[in-house]
Amino acid sequence: MWNRLLDFISSLKLTVICLSLAMILVFVGTMAQVNFGIHEVQQRYFQSLLIWWPSGSHGLKIPVFPGGHLLGGVLLINLIAAHARRFRWTWSKLGIQLTHAGLIVMLAGVLLTDFLSVESFMRLAPGETKNYSEDSRAMELAIIDESDSQLDQVVAIPEARLKQPGAVEIEGLPFQITIRHFYQNSRMQPLDKAGSNAVPAATKGTGSQLAVSEVPQATAENERDLQSVVIEMTSIPASGEAAAQSLGTWLVSDQLVESQAFSYGGKPWRLVMRPQRYYKPYSLTLQKFTHEQYAGTQIAKNFASHAVLKDPEKNENREVLIYMNHPLRYRGETFFQSGFEQNDTATILQDVYNPSFVAPYVACVIVAAGLLLQFGYHFVRFLRRRKTNHAQ
Amino acid sequence: MKRYSPWIALAIAALWVLSNSRMPKAAPGEFDLVTFGKIPVLSDGRNKPFDTIARNSLLILRGKQTLRLDDGRSIDARHWLADVLFNAPVADKYPSFVIHNPEVLGLFGWEQNDRKYFSYAELQPFLEKIDTHGGQVEGVESAKRSPYQTAIYNLRNSLMLYQRLKNTLRPEGANDFAGEIDAFVKTIPGALEATAKSGKGEPFDQEKINAFSQVTTSFETMAELAYALPVPPDPSGSSPREEWLSIGTSLLQTISTGVIPPVTKDYALIGDAYHNGNAALFNQHLDDLSGWLKTNEPKATGRAAYEFLFNQLEPFYQAMGLYVLAFLLVCVSWLGGNRRLGTAAFYVLLLALAIHTFGLGSRMYLQGRPPVTNLYSSAIFIGWGTVIIGLIIERIFRDGVGSACAAAIGFITLIIAHHLAGSGDTLEMLQAVLDTNIWLATHVVTITIGYSAMFLAGTLAMIYVVRGVFTGSLTKESAQSLSRMTYGVVCFATLFSFVGTVLGGIWADQSWGRFWGWDPKENGALLIVLWCAIILHARWGGFIKQRGLMVMALFGNVITSFSWFGVNMLGVGLHSYGFMNKAVPWLAGFMISQLVLMAFASLPLARWRSFQATQGSAR
Repeated sequence: MWNRLLDFISSLKLTVICLSLAMILVFVGTMAQVNFGIHEVQQRYFQSLLIWWPSGSHGLKIPVFPGGHLLGGVLLINLIAAHARRFRWTWSKLGIQLTHAGLIVMLAGVLLTDFLSVESFMRLAPGETKNYSEDSRAMELAIIDESDSQLDQVVAIPEARLKQPGAVEIEGLPFQITIRHFYQNSRMQPLDKAGSNAVPAATKGTGSQLAVSEVPQATAENERDLQSVVIEMTSIPASGEAAAQSLGTWLVSDQLVESQAFSYGGKPWRLVMRPQRYYKPYSLTLQKFTHEQYAGTQIAKNFASHAVLKDPEKNENREVLIYMNHPLRYRGETFFQSGFEQNDTATILQDVYNPSFVAPYVACVIVAAGLLLQFGYHFVRFLRRRKTNHAQ
Repeated sequence: MKRYSPWIALAIAALWVLSNSRMPKAAPGEFDLVTFGKIPVLSDGRNKPFDTIARNSLLILRGKQTLRLDDGRSIDARHWLADVLFNAPVADKYPSFVIHNPEVLGLFGWEQNDRKYFSYAELQPFLEKIDTHGGQVEGVESAKRSPYQTAIYNLRNSLMLYQRLKNTLRPEGANDFAGEIDAFVKTIPGALEATAKSGKGEPFDQEKINAFSQVTTSFETMAELAYALPVPPDPSGSSPREEWLSIGTSLLQTISTGVIPPVTKDYALIGDAYHNGNAALFNQHLDDLSGWLKTNEPKATGRAAYEFLFNQLEPFYQAMGLYVLAFLLVCVSWLGGNRRLGTAAFYVLLLALAIHTFGLGSRMYLQGRPPVTNLYSSAIFIGWGTVIIGLIIERIFRDGVGSACAAAIGFITLIIAHHLAGSGDTLEMLQAVLDTNIWLATHVVTITIGYSAMFLAGTLAMIYVVRGVFTGSLTKESAQSLSRMTYGVVCFATLFSFVGTVLGGIWADQSWGRFWGWDPKENGALLIVLWCAIILHARWGGFIKQRGLMVMALFGNVITSFSWFGVNMLGVGLHSYGFMNKAVPWLAGFMISQLVLMAFASLPLARWRSFQATQGSAR
C-alpha cells in the first residue's frame, strides 16, 4: 500500500497529469484577465489551493479545479520524490538530474515569493523625504497623539484586525477602541442626499454628516476596494470610577483623506485611515524626477528618479539614480521606477521585499545547463550512431 | 548536364535576385527624386530618409507602397511624397486614401462599388465629420472597437498625417516660399523696433507688427504640424547636438539669430523649383542640400543612404520568392524521386537565407538594436530561425523534409511580417521599459527561437500526418526519421522556451520587481514550456508513441500561435504591444486547421493510406 502510494507520488503519470492541469489553469487564468483585474485573477487561480465556483464572496461554493498553490505543491512533491527515488549518478542522467534540481529551486522560490514577498509604493514629490513605503491595497487605522509638537505618537491598527468586530487591545492608549462595523468596499453620501431613511454613519466627526453603504468588491483592473470602518471609543474607567463611558462612534474611511481631530484627556488626537505603512531604518529624498521622450514623439525614452539615500545606522548618505531597468537594491529591498504623478514632477517607486528573488536566477542557470547537457549528450550520440550506420 | 542541375537552379535564382536589385536612376533633365529619397530627416525619434517616409506614409494611407492613378498610370512613393510636400494642389487629387468600410462610406452618402481609393479633394467636404466621429472613438479601447470605429479612426489619423506632411516643408499654399522667408527676415528689425516702442508706450507702426505676426503665426502652425524635422542642429554648435528642428521652428529662431539656416533656405528653394516644374533648378538646390548634409551630418546621411538601399532591395520580398522556388523544387524532387532537385532546393534555400540574414542584419544596423523589437520583427526572426534549424535537419537527414519545412515556414512568416507592416514604420523607437539591449538580445531572442522550433516541430508533424493519411508515401523508415526529427526539435524548443521564459521573468524582476506576474504574454510562454514538458514526459513514460508525439506536436502549433499572437488580441496586460483585430480570423483558421489535422491523425491506422499500402504489400 505504502509502496504503491509512493510509486504514484513519484510517478511520471502524476507529473503529466499535474502539468496538463497546470496548462488548463494557466489558459483559463489568462482568458479570465479579459474581464477581471490581474490581482483578482492571481488570487483566485494562481495563489489558491482550490478554485471555487461560483466566484462571488457569499453563498454556497464548490471547489471545481485545483489552484496554483495546490498544483505547484504537488508538482514539487512529485519532483522531490522522483528525484529521491530514482537518483543515479551516471553521466547519461546528469542532465536530467540537474534540470529537475533547478526546477525544484524555481518552484520553491516562486511559492516562497507568494508567501513572503511584500510589495509597496513610495510616492515622493520633489524635495520630499520618506522613511516608509505604503501598501497599494491594505489600509491601517492610525490614531495619532499630537500633544508633542516635535514628534507624533502613532498607534496603527492593521486592516486584518479592523475586520474583526469587538474591542481592540492596545497598550498605552488612554481610551478603548471597539470595531463596530467594517465595510470591505463602501460608498458614502452626504446625509441630506442619501434619502429619507438614511442614518448617519457615526455620532462624531465627519461620519455624522455621511451615510455609508456596502457595495460589492471590486474586481476590475483599475478599481480597488474603498474600505470604511466604524469604531467606538470608550473611556477606560480608573479604579473606583463608574463603568466605562462611550465617547461616541467615528467613521474612518479610505475615502476620507483628511484626518479627523478630537481631543481627549486634554490632548489633541487625530484619526485617519491610510495605506498601511512599512517603516524603514533609512530614508529617501527625491531631488528630481525626469521623464524623457524621443525627439519629435510622445514615446517615453526614460523615467528617472534622482534621490538621496540616508541611513544613519550604516552611515550612508549618497545620491542614487533609479531608472527603467535599473532599480535600487538596498538592505534586502528593491526600489523600482514605477510611475509618476503631479505633471511629471513626482515619482512613484515600487518597493519590493522578496527574500527569494535569487531563486529564479540560480534555477535558470542550473536548468539551462541540465537541458543543454541532456540534449547535447543525446544529440551527439544520435549523430555518432547515424555515422556508423551510414558507414555500414 | 544533370550533375550541374543544382547549380543551374541556383544561378537562375541568383539572376532573378540581381534583376530585382537594380538601383533606380533619375533620367537626365528630370527631377532627381532618387537623391531626394536619400535625404535624412528626423521623424518618430530617429533619422530616416524621405524614401522611408514616403513608403510608410503611403502604406498607412493607402495600404500599398505605390500609387495607381485613376488613368491607370502608376507612380512611386517618392514621386507621391514630393507632390504632397511641394505641390499640394496636385497631390490633393491623387486617390491616396483607402476606405474599405461601407459604413464609413455611408457616412458620406457614398455607395460601396468597386472604388475603394479616394482623394483628399473628395474627402475635403467631410473633414469636420470625420474628425468628430473619429475623435469619439479615441476613448474606446482598441480591443473593443467595432470595424466601423476602427475604420473611421484610421481615416481620421490618415488625414491628419496627410495634412501634417503637406505642411512639413512649406505652408500648403505657398508659391514663392524662398522669397517669402527672405522678405520675412528683412521685416524682423522693423517689427522688433515697433514692438519695443509699443512696449514703452511710444508711437509705433501697427502695420509692421500685424504683417510680422501674421507670418510668424503661419510658421508656428508649420512647427506644430511638421511630421518630420528636416533641419539638423547648427554645426557651429550653439544648440545641443541631437536637436533637429522643423522648418517652422528654425524660421522662428531667425527672429533672434537674424540668419536663415542654409538647410531651411535650400528646402524653400527646392520646393519652389518643384512647384514651378523647374527640374534643373530643383536638382541644383537638391545637390547643395545633399552636399551640406554630407559634410555636416555624415552619420545621419550614411544611415539614410543605407536605408534607401535596404528599401530598394526589399530583401524580405526577394527571400519570399526564393522560399517559394525552394519549396516547389522539393515537391518536384519528391514526386519525381530526383535527388538533384533536392540539392538544388538546398542551395536556393542557402541563398534565401543569406538574403534573409542581410535583411535582418540591416534592420539591426539601422535600429542599433537586437533583432526582435516588435511583432513585425518577431515574424522575420521566427522565419529566420526556422530556416536555419530546417537546413541543419536537412544536412543530417538529407530527405528534403528539412528543406520543405524551412521553405514553407520561411515564406509564411515573411508573409505574416508583410501584413504586420501596414501600421507604418517597423523600425519604431522602443518604449522606455524595452530600452535595454541586454534583455532584448537574450530573453526576446531565445523565446523567439523557441517559437521557431515549436512551429518547425508542428510542421514536421503536419508532413507526417498528411503523407501518412492521404498518400502511401510514408514508409516505416521515413515515419521513423520524421519522428526523430520532431522529437529532437521539441527538445530544442524546450531548452529555448524554458530559458527564454525564465530570462523574461528575470527581466521582469529587474524592471518591475517581480519575477512572475501571470501577465498574458508570460502565461503564453509558460504554456509552451508546460506543453514541451508534457510531450517529453509522456514520451519518456511511454504514454505516447510515434503518432502521439505527432498529435501533440500539432497541438504545439496551436499553443505557440496563441502565445505569439493570441494573447496580444486579448488587449490586456503589459505586453499588449502589437494589437491587430484583422488577424483574428486567420489565427482562428490556423488553429482549427491544426485541430482538424489532429483529428485525422487520430483515425485508426487502417484508414491511413500509407499503412494500408504496407499492409497490402505485406499480404
